[in-house]
Amino acid sequence: MGMRNILPVFTVVMVIFALWYAFAIVLNKNWAEDKATRGGYELSFSELVADTWSQKKPRLPTPDQVAGEIWQSTGVAAAKKWRRTAGDPLFARISEVLNDKRSLIRHAWLTLSATMLGFVFGTGLGILLAVGIVHNRAMDNSVMPWVITSQTIPILALAPMIIVVLNAVGISGLVPKAIISAYLSFFPVVVGMVKGLRSPEAMQLDQMRTWFASKSQIFWKLRLPSSVPYLFTSLKIGVAASLVGAIVGELTISQEGGLGARMLQGNYYGTTLTIWAALILAAALAAVLVSSVGLVERITKKRMGFVQ
Amino acid sequence: MARNDPDSNRAPAETVISASNLSLTFETNDGPVHALKDVDLTINRGEFVSFIGPSGCGKTTFLRVLADLEQPTGGSVSVNGMTPREARMKRAYGFVFQAAGLYPWRTIAGNIKLPLEIMGLSKSEQNERVQKVLELVHLDGFGKKFPWQLSGGMQQRASIARALGFDADILLMDEPFGALDEIVRDHLNEQLLELWAKTNKTIGFVTHSIPEAVYLSTKIVVMSPRPGRVREVIESSLPRERPLDIRESAEFLAIAHRVREGLRGGHDDG
Amino acid sequence: MMLVLAALGVWAIGWGVNIWVSHQKPGRWQSVVSATVFGVTAVIMWQLVVTGLEVSPVILPPPSMIFTAFVSSTDILWADFIQTFVKGALSGYVIGCSAAFLTALAIDRSNFLKRGLLPIGNFVAALPIIGMAPILVMWFGFDWQSKAAVVVVMIFFPVLVNTVQGLDAAGKMQRDLMHTYAAGYWQSLFKLRLPAAAPFIFNGLKIASTLALIGAIVAEFFGSPIVGMGFRISTGAGRLELDLVWAEIVVAAIAGSAFYGIVALIERKATFWHPSQRK
Repeated sequence: MGMRNILPVFTVVMVIFALWYAFAIVLNKNWAEDKATRGGYELSFSELVADTWSQKKPRLPTPDQVAGEIWQSTGVAAAKKWRRTAGDPLFARISEVLNDKRSLIRHAWLTLSATMLGFVFGTGLGILLAVGIVHNRAMDNSVMPWVITSQTIPILALAPMIIVVLNAVGISGLVPKAIISAYLSFFPVVVGMVKGLRSPEAMQLDQMRTWFASKSQIFWKLRLPSSVPYLFTSLKIGVAASLVGAIVGELTISQEGGLGARMLQGNYYGTTLTIWAALILAAALAAVLVSSVGLVERITKKRMGFVQ
Repeated sequence: MARNDPDSNRAPAETVISASNLSLTFETNDGPVHALKDVDLTINRGEFVSFIGPSGCGKTTFLRVLADLEQPTGGSVSVNGMTPREARMKRAYGFVFQAAGLYPWRTIAGNIKLPLEIMGLSKSEQNERVQKVLELVHLDGFGKKFPWQLSGGMQQRASIARALGFDADILLMDEPFGALDEIVRDHLNEQLLELWAKTNKTIGFVTHSIPEAVYLSTKIVVMSPRPGRVREVIESSLPRERPLDIRESAEFLAIAHRVREGLRGGHDDG
Repeated sequence: MMLVLAALGVWAIGWGVNIWVSHQKPGRWQSVVSATVFGVTAVIMWQLVVTGLEVSPVILPPPSMIFTAFVSSTDILWADFIQTFVKGALSGYVIGCSAAFLTALAIDRSNFLKRGLLPIGNFVAALPIIGMAPILVMWFGFDWQSKAAVVVVMIFFPVLVNTVQGLDAAGKMQRDLMHTYAAGYWQSLFKLRLPAAAPFIFNGLKIASTLALIGAIVAEFFGSPIVGMGFRISTGAGRLELDLVWAEIVVAAIAGSAFYGIVALIERKATFWHPSQRK
């Protein structure tokens, strides 16, 4: 996003925060007023604002409350555990901190590992299928329409069933979530990669023919490098979809933890702060994942000479 | 036809490309299209042959048949005494397309190496040849640049260098300078003649431009559309050495006039 | 075991047919036939393998059982469809798309806002917005209103970003031409910029059509009345009534692709002039 966009973006972000605080007043007002009526006292406007921005179970927590909650459940929790395990070997202390059930770090880590496992598998299989589709007419005719259709149907609806069925056959933990992640990233990668492998122009393929290049030479020297920009576009969609898959997977097996499980817990106990903390952390995770892929994309494209 | 045969003082003509009764019909939804019909043509070693005619006259199709990119539906054609397919397998020709078609992820040197890699040449030989052809097209020093760092004319020179890299006797060029402006085009035409004199290759050249065809060629093939056929073959009387200002000579203008007449006849027919 | 062998036989036949089809003259029918053969083969194999290996129906029910469940519970499926698709997804879709479109028109007049909102919109589009579902369920209750709210939140930014980009799609030369006609803002908007933006807007609408159904279904995992596709899927999976769950997924698949198909059809009619729609 170039330098010249910084001021507009900053302004819009500030407006969003201001609106957030304003909405917090509107949404949390009833509770504050009820309390005042029951206690039999009057609230001035400034007291009302102060109350709506600091409730324990607000309908809409303010950004600073959410930030506080995240800090409490990551940094403070980790520091506590760190002090409590003093004297243990270093490695054990680190793993204790990562596995602290109270800490959001553990939940984020669980979600991240399922996401990454699924993303790697989904992408790998997607690329393989795309190569098959591009090189085999029968496969192209028969499989490709189904791949495209699958993009229009809510495959995420399969998530609870996959979790339950895999649990029934004794597979639990990371793998069922990773499977959901994998199939969510699989389809965008297939579609993008097929497009990319077909992106060379007829002229470039003719050129290869005049040199009597073999199929594999055409693949390695022309099709694969041409597909790189398309692949990265798909990878960015795929990694975001993988994260959504892992989170939705966690809704069904909440006892194993993860950011999705935290959201469901918050939903169950009515603790909005828990939900918001998990939500913001999930958003941060998505941002980190997508921008890491974006960074690799920029470096690769620069090295390959796709961009000046 | 020609007033003085430019090949008279050279070794006896050796046929490199010959087509007889060559036809190609595309089946389309709107019925058959006769891209080529009963084309007879002979091209000798060392000749520079231009194909000129309105669009749809089959000039590009003829070049693509020679390159085994299209299959004829009738007649016969031979390239270096072989079928086009055998010629392609032996890498008997280099082909230059209208767009430079350089790979953006390869440097200029990397692009020129591409066909050499495909043909399995050794690394040292690849480098040697890249150096040689870069000099031939006056691009020495640009090997490490990426295509998009070069002007359009330089890119097209690089694509000619790529076609020269594996040292085929025949160079087939399909409107290679069609997308360039006239000043750049003049410059490249001059360089192409210089290159032709140096390497003594046989060149087949498709163009839309009458001055370009007359300036470059020893033989001009005028074609007409629907069905695509050869209307006239004009042997050029110009000497092999051609400075740019030859285009103002009476001889040049006379040949250009004949080509224009030939094209007009082709149109009347259609 | 015989059935499994039969399944392999069916696969071989299906594949053989498709290889044969792929060697015929190319045409529109080719892909339709191939895809149908592939789909039918897959379903028959599923049936044969599941019954042949005696896979428990609580793991994977055979298609015949799913079909029976589908036929015998059409009333439940219909009620779920109305609740989730019509009330939740469709109303959210209409509200979300209109809100995004109007917002796009509003910010289009300010270059500053556009430069500020586009990067944020692109950023938000990559976030797991679906996580907003539990919050919105708390705010708007268990019924369809909260599902519609989830849909609105999910589709707002994709439609906004595409519309804003589309409004910039008209070429400089065409705008200058409008300028020489002394066309006003609205004339230029309706005669040039909106038609030029249509392919982009439809792209946003298509993305939104798939997101809408996903949002409405997943939001029901966080709480719903005892009706709805997401409710049926999550409770059905919990009770191991997998035949009903699969039937519901079939409904979701049909509804999803039909919704997308209708939007794509309207796009075809509206943007016939665009290179991507020309045949």
